[in-house]
Amino acid sequence: MKYKSQKVAYMFFALSMVLLVLQIVYGFIMGFAHAGFDGLHEFIPFNTATATHKNLLVVWLLSGFMGAAYYIIPEESQNELVSVKLALLQFWSLAIVAVVAVIGFHFNWWEGRKFLEIPRPLDYLVVVNVLLFLGIILVTLFKGKQRTTTALVLAMGLFFAALLYLPGMIDFNNQSVDSFFRWWVVHLWVEGVWELIMGGILAYLLIKLTGVDRELIEKWLYVIVGLTFLSGILGTGHHYYYMGAPEYWLMIGGIFSALEPLAFLGMALFALAMYRKGEKNHPNKIALYWTLGTAIMSFAGAGLLGIAHTIPSVNLYTHGTLVTAMHGHLAFWGAYGMMVLAIIVYAMPNLTGRKLYDRPGAHYAFWLSNIGMIGMTTAFAAAGVAQVYLERKVGMSFMDAQKAIEVHFWVLIGAAILFTIGILFFVSNFFKHGMPTDEALEANS
Amino acid sequence: MLSKNQARLFFLGGTVLFFLIFLFLSANTLSSGIPEKTHSENITEEVTNGKQLFDENNCMGCHTILGEGAYYAPELTKVIDRRGEGFVKAVLTSKTPWTLSGRKMVAYGFSDKEANDLIAFFKWIGKMDLNGFPPKPDLKKE
Ligand code: HEM
Ligand code: HEM
Ligand SMILES: [Fe+2]
Repeated sequence: MKYKSQKVAYMFFALSMVLLVLQIVYGFIMGFAHAGFDGLHEFIPFNTATATHKNLLVVWLLSGFMGAAYYIIPEESQNELVSVKLALLQFWSLAIVAVVAVIGFHFNWWEGRKFLEIPRPLDYLVVVNVLLFLGIILVTLFKGKQRTTTALVLAMGLFFAALLYLPGMIDFNNQSVDSFFRWWVVHLWVEGVWELIMGGILAYLLIKLTGVDRELIEKWLYVIVGLTFLSGILGTGHHYYYMGAPEYWLMIGGIFSALEPLAFLGMALFALAMYRKGEKNHPNKIALYWTLGTAIMSFAGAGLLGIAHTIPSVNLYTHGTLVTAMHGHLAFWGAYGMMVLAIIVYAMPNLTGRKLYDRPGAHYAFWLSNIGMIGMTTAFAAAGVAQVYLERKVGMSFMDAQKAIEVHFWVLIGAAILFTIGILFFVSNFFKHGMPTDEALEANS
Repeated sequence: MLSKNQARLFFLGGTVLFFLIFLFLSANTLSSGIPEKTHSENITEEVTNGKQLFDENNCMGCHTILGEGAYYAPELTKVIDRRGEGFVKAVLTSKTPWTLSGRKMVAYGFSDKEANDLIAFFKWIGKMDLNGFPPKPDLKKE
């Protein structure tokens, strides 16, 4: 059964596409600056570029999650969204806040707190926006005919993600306390509640694409999100090793964060097992690629590259170096970037009635972006390990070490070009689907 | 075999338990841990002003401090020990982009007072007990 109000998801997906492309532009600006070409310094200094790059990332992912929720919740709860008008209002206010924030970054209007740079007045608008979003989703869900585990886990993830935005809005005059609460947002998002959102979307896609019994999929969904919180909450300690917090976090953060990859391993094994078990031969193969891809790449980027630097004795040396950037890229891409692209690739043919999934472009998009991102991660890894060795082990000065590793940024730019070509294939395929229609949704039901 | 109900119980029970432990540890960290390790009694008005300037200008958008931030410009936790006050003041008050070692810094042209506030902030940061961070370069030839 399909629902007409699902069409509103298209707007959020389209916004995601535009912001993703813009994010990449700022990535290139920083890549070139690291390679020694900072010609734009006067207009877009590095701190503007980095704030824009990181916030656009967060907003295109959130917009993708919101679109996913507007698409999935009606189907799972067997109920049209309570108000499409309000959903559209929520969409436009989100887009406007994002644009104003990004413009502000170019005029020194921000807070200097990594990932939370959006200035305070806009934070309040974000809160109102997200409350509206949650209201629409929760009322739809609870007035619906059924409440599936998939929908509940997804809604719970979205709810707690909103709640956890608040600790980032308190002022402290102690830098360490500031950092302490910044991690309640950043860490408890990506290694906590966002994994619920990811798990919910993943379960939905696996049910649709593999045809495996819902009860079985949802049972394992509980186990996976259980592992997430079991490890991820106390795992926050891996950010408290060296910022002025007590020493006991070395032990607690070390042990529990080392368990965090289990949840991602669980997701990968689960997705592969359901794929093998599945008897349904869904025609949208490329959606299955992205779905299995996100399960596997998140384990690589978050799980393996996370554990690579989470042990306190290693983190002492890698903390705050390009090793972190290596992990940050593959983790965000594998877990959340690919997840959003997976639901988009699945939803678009259903929304528009145009089945573009067999086009070569859809496959180029998948392979080029992933190969490009693995290349970028490798370039960051080479740069990061060399930086750690030269600066933290041998004692070279920061800038001398940066000069020595400049060459890796040319490799980064090369790989980023491949990645970008892949994304451009994806985005052009997206817009070739055209607008969603009621007829398409009916034909599908 | 594990049933769906047991799986749900594992999820809810584990979450509540670990969340409570986390809250307990956080309370301890905030009430006594961080204040002691960071000597919060030394946070003067200058330090607070300095932190605010650090924030408002998004210095973390290029530098790291306590190992957090971007990786384009030097770690600032021990900047006063490494460079001395005079040098740092020259950087902060410069009206043209500081380019001594190749990369450009934004030319903030801070006033004398603003620069002193930032230096007070860095001095306070530099005296924190950070469990051994930044590490001593153990392969350095003397
Ligand atoms: C999808 C999940 C994940 C994402 C998106 C992610 C992303 C990131 C990002 C962006 C940072 C830098 C944050 C900042 O400096 O503000 C970071 C830091 C870190 N991550 Fe993750 N991460 C994920 C999962 C994990 C896991 C599972 C582990 C451990 C096994 C881990 C270990 C670490 C560590 C130790 C740091 C601190 C690095 C430092 O000291 O500079 N991450 N992560
Ligand atoms: C053309 C593509 C891209 C290029 C050239 C690029 C380049 C960069 C550079 C140079 C940095 C700054 C490192 C520093 O602080 O000095 C950065 C930061 C970051 N980028 Fe990208 N990026 C690209 C795409 C992406 C994508 C697609 C994602 C996410 C899916 C992403 C996520 C991040 C994150 C999370 C950070 C902060 C990392 C940290 O501080 O640990 N980037 N990027
Ligand atoms: Fe973390």
